[in-house]
Amino acid sequence: MTMTEPKSIGRVIPDRLTSPLSRALRSWEALLFAVAVAVFIANSFASPYFLNAWNLSDATFNFTEKAMIAFAMAMLIIAGEIDLSVASIIALASTVMGLVMTAGYGTPEIVLAGLATGLACGALNGFFVARLGLPSIVVTIGTMSLFRGVSYIVLGDQAFTGYPKDFAYFGQGYVWWVFSFELVLFAVLALVFYILLHRTNFGRAVYAIGNNPTAALFSGIRVDRVRFILFLLTGLMSGIAAVCLTSRLGSTRPSIATGMELEAVTMVVLGGVNILGGSGRILGVVLAAIIMGLVTFGFGLLNVPGIVMSIFLGLLLIGTIALPRLAKGLRRG
Amino acid sequence: MTVAPLSAPQPVLRLSGISKSFPGVRALSDVELELHAGEVTALIGENGAGKSTIVKVLTGIYQPDAGVIEVAGQATTFPTADTAARAGVTAIHQETVLFDELTVAENIFLGHAPRTRFGLIDWAAMEAQSRDLLARIGATLNPRAVLRDLGIASKHLVAIARALSIDARVVIMDEPTAALSHKEIHELYDLVERLKAEGKAILFISHKFDEIFQIADRYTVFRDGQFIGAGRMEDVTEGQLVQMMVGRSVDHIFPARAHNIGAPVLTVSGYSHPTEFADIGFTLHKGEILGFYGLVGAGRSEVMQSLFGITAPSKGACRIGERVVAIRSTAQAIDEGIVYVPEDRGRQGAVKGLPIFQNISLPSLGRMNTSGFLNMAREFKLARDYTQRLDLRAASLDQDVGLLSGGNQQKVVIAKWLATKPRVIILDEPTKGIDIGSKAAVHEFMAELAAEGLAVIMVSSEIPEILGMSDRVIVMREGRIAAELTGPDMTPERLVRAAAGIPEAA
Amino acid sequence: MTSFLKSREALLALAILVLLGVIASRFPAFVEPASLANVFNDTAPLMILALGQMVVILTKCIDLSVAANLALSGMVAALLNGMGVPLPLILLTVLALGAALGAVNGLLVWKVGIPSIVVTLGTMTIFRGVIFLMTDGAWVNAHQMSDAFKSLPRHVILGLPVMAWVAVVVITIFTVFLTRTPLGRSFYAVGGNPHAAVYTGLDVGRTQAIAFVISGILAALTGYLWVARYAVAYVDIAGGFELDVVAACVIGGIAIAGGAGTVGGAVLGALFLGVIKNALPVVGISPFWQLAISGSAIIIAVAFNARQGRKAGRIILKSAEAGA
Repeated sequence: MTMTEPKSIGRVIPDRLTSPLSRALRSWEALLFAVAVAVFIANSFASPYFLNAWNLSDATFNFTEKAMIAFAMAMLIIAGEIDLSVASIIALASTVMGLVMTAGYGTPEIVLAGLATGLACGALNGFFVARLGLPSIVVTIGTMSLFRGVSYIVLGDQAFTGYPKDFAYFGQGYVWWVFSFELVLFAVLALVFYILLHRTNFGRAVYAIGNNPTAALFSGIRVDRVRFILFLLTGLMSGIAAVCLTSRLGSTRPSIATGMELEAVTMVVLGGVNILGGSGRILGVVLAAIIMGLVTFGFGLLNVPGIVMSIFLGLLLIGTIALPRLAKGLRRG
Repeated sequence: MTVAPLSAPQPVLRLSGISKSFPGVRALSDVELELHAGEVTALIGENGAGKSTIVKVLTGIYQPDAGVIEVAGQATTFPTADTAARAGVTAIHQETVLFDELTVAENIFLGHAPRTRFGLIDWAAMEAQSRDLLARIGATLNPRAVLRDLGIASKHLVAIARALSIDARVVIMDEPTAALSHKEIHELYDLVERLKAEGKAILFISHKFDEIFQIADRYTVFRDGQFIGAGRMEDVTEGQLVQMMVGRSVDHIFPARAHNIGAPVLTVSGYSHPTEFADIGFTLHKGEILGFYGLVGAGRSEVMQSLFGITAPSKGACRIGERVVAIRSTAQAIDEGIVYVPEDRGRQGAVKGLPIFQNISLPSLGRMNTSGFLNMAREFKLARDYTQRLDLRAASLDQDVGLLSGGNQQKVVIAKWLATKPRVIILDEPTKGIDIGSKAAVHEFMAELAAEGLAVIMVSSEIPEILGMSDRVIVMREGRIAAELTGPDMTPERLVRAAAGIPEAA
Repeated sequence: MTSFLKSREALLALAILVLLGVIASRFPAFVEPASLANVFNDTAPLMILALGQMVVILTKCIDLSVAANLALSGMVAALLNGMGVPLPLILLTVLALGAALGAVNGLLVWKVGIPSIVVTLGTMTIFRGVIFLMTDGAWVNAHQMSDAFKSLPRHVILGLPVMAWVAVVVITIFTVFLTRTPLGRSFYAVGGNPHAAVYTGLDVGRTQAIAFVISGILAALTGYLWVARYAVAYVDIAGGFELDVVAACVIGGIAIAGGAGTVGGAVLGALFLGVIKNALPVVGISPFWQLAISGSAIIIAVAFNARQGRKAGRIILKSAEAGA
């Protein structure tokens, strides 16, 4: 292998060969940004109702809750794990909130109960994966049934309704003008996750584990602890999403958020995160969330049914991964 | 099928003009190789010489860009692994080419199992034939045993039985003795003799010269993907072979060492593990290089990984300076100033996929960024400082470590540990599988580190390296310390005897 | 003998017997032959799909699109029936369709190299979407199906309905296929050690693609049986059933990492879930408990698998060797 070494280079090795700007322009995120702009323009031509501040604000509800989960899911997938139980955590957290509400508690207790349930579910997943070393895909397929199953045991075919008026703020309230609480929360969480993944030691550990967990362990990273925290974080974000969704719908049914885990995974993969772990960025997930929201909203304005939308997302998911690979294959001849 | 005239011994297999390139690498250029019936041909070359590429060409995994493959004088091609197997070429690799979940019989017959008259696999016949084949090579394995339950030596027997089962004409043995015990190696030699007697042409790839001289009839040397020479073993000396292999005179000069041995840094006593090692005790001093010699599988790496916090010992104590510490995690070991450069560089050392600078800063992040937030400028500075010291060759510090050569990956791994400013550095087979140039650099660097007052433990299976670098040598055998040698006692003979459990000559 | 008793299948069979025993102690009617036959018949779709899924999992992949494939094939069967196509032709067409849908998954995994979980996550939504596009969301109801179409799975032969017999035939074929044919063994080889499989002359991607085609064919077969038996077809039939199928495999000891698992395990895993599902209403527990129970069963099963599969540390010491 000696011949692969660039012999001409002396002892001082440059930090980077490509400037961050040229790299950014050729990145997956740049492509996603272009797609987002294209979808935006297409929508504004397709429907006269699109370019309206309030309509656009409404459109954000299509992705804010899913994106909150997707941020945590992105970190989990980068670390080489996955959590398919997130939607079921929402169901269970919402159910617990309903129970707390029925017991006569007010909004603060309801919210706390939702977040605590999320954390507890995340801790359970984390225990099985990080502590017992079980494969996360199977564990979370199991807890996916378990968590939602508990909701069904509690609720059966009933529903909790009658949440307090002030509880509605989280899913229906506006911070300022057209900026809903959920949208602001989405933006804040995007920033928090950006910093956590790209600007902290913890985030770097996540990448190291995703690329090579053994070498990460041999580099002094507490691999199991990082994995546990990631599941905890995913549980917490599911709890937050449960608060928002329950508040927005104003009711809890055991079937709440069904299928949301797949949408969150789709969002993460579309955002450029490698499903096998090791690479991906929060900005990509943010852009993927916006694209998915805009497409859903645009189709809605055109009265296209939701299921057609899901075909589109399925194609998008496969297409975005297949096209670069096919292109590479063609170039190689 | 033409039968070669007896007068002209035609090679069973002849490769000529074989070239193979990968993006950015010319792995083989215009090489040739001949294998003869009933003879062992040793393929010799450094890592990266193209040995594994030629094996993949021979077994149909890679397609050569140019060149001719002749089987018994007839030009042919091996477009798939299957065609190579059908032409009678089979490879016995280290454990990787067998199936742990399947039985011995099935591992032998996978792909060509005997069938019943309905075309179904005939398990009874398969097991009976397996028993016969195993008996032919003197093995007494149960054909129904699941492979995962067998040791490496037994797995080799299964692989050889498989080669016999497809009536292979060419058997490739790729470092077959790497993980075997002394006794098992001799059993393997017997087997090779038996295969020779059956008229098989054997390609034997090994790094061990004693072994090559013992069993090979012919040699072929590759260097940097090129054919350097071939001939009969009796016409060549070890020195000449080495010269051909490295292309320069190789009285490998180990760096001169200043032996300034200081106060004890690390004292280990009574270290034991339920299955891996027992009663390990030694003292390591400042400025000392302590060699750990032994056969592969003697438990040296296991002891080191225990000191590094990967596996907990069941008994024993470890003192750093005067303080007793119980190391329970790698993070704690690093905090205590003990670092470990692992043997398995690809899996345990380098984080491929991350750039060089992030690999180097990885274990230092906590200390460097106490706030928990990254500081890229500081990371790059750290990487610059240590890569310059180690004379790393790379395009940029932002380059993926996975794209570097083995020697340069090793430099990155060493750099990442030096950046933590350790007191004790443990190097596990530090020069295994790296080119001669990098090897010398690593040796020089180790000497420098010791001179600066670092305490160094070097685990190595190479006798010249152990003798050339160490102040003192501990020999391990079957999980225990077999001998501790210093000064004039440090001779190749004493090392080998202690490692193999042969009593000292009277 | 001891190895059989220690085997996963024996343990699972024992668990099912204990379960049946406990139920029988209070509700003896449940273990009467007719009732057990009914449980078996009811579990037939799960068993058939679990065998297809098992083949896919053996090769280190996963097929999350089986339930969507089932729904699409079932709908096509119902629509063809509505057009008056004869039943044998319907079956042939639908099986070919299932194979084609499986081939789509397989080719994306093999030729494009996309991880199977992503491929099948995508195709599961696409397949269901296609049903919607074909029908505009309309249902095909019992009165729109011919009697021959509906009655075949329920037709009783020797005390068992045809649907149960189909499961028996599939189980038999798979037992022979997976233990006695080179292709069957190649699934184990490809999943157990892909690297070694290449050296044995096996094409890993191609073998995986074949596994997806097999899974697709079985999904289509189940699609017809399902639609005919319940006499209804719509977009959402068997929604989420792919998870039950994966659960049956996991409970049956099929290693999610590939290369290990038996037909008996997959069948028993499915039967375990089937017994629980059928027993709940009998013992008076709300069927809403079913989901949580199967979730718990998955977790217990995977924890158990991991304990069995865990490799012991290296044995170097002579003294330890003697004790091992």
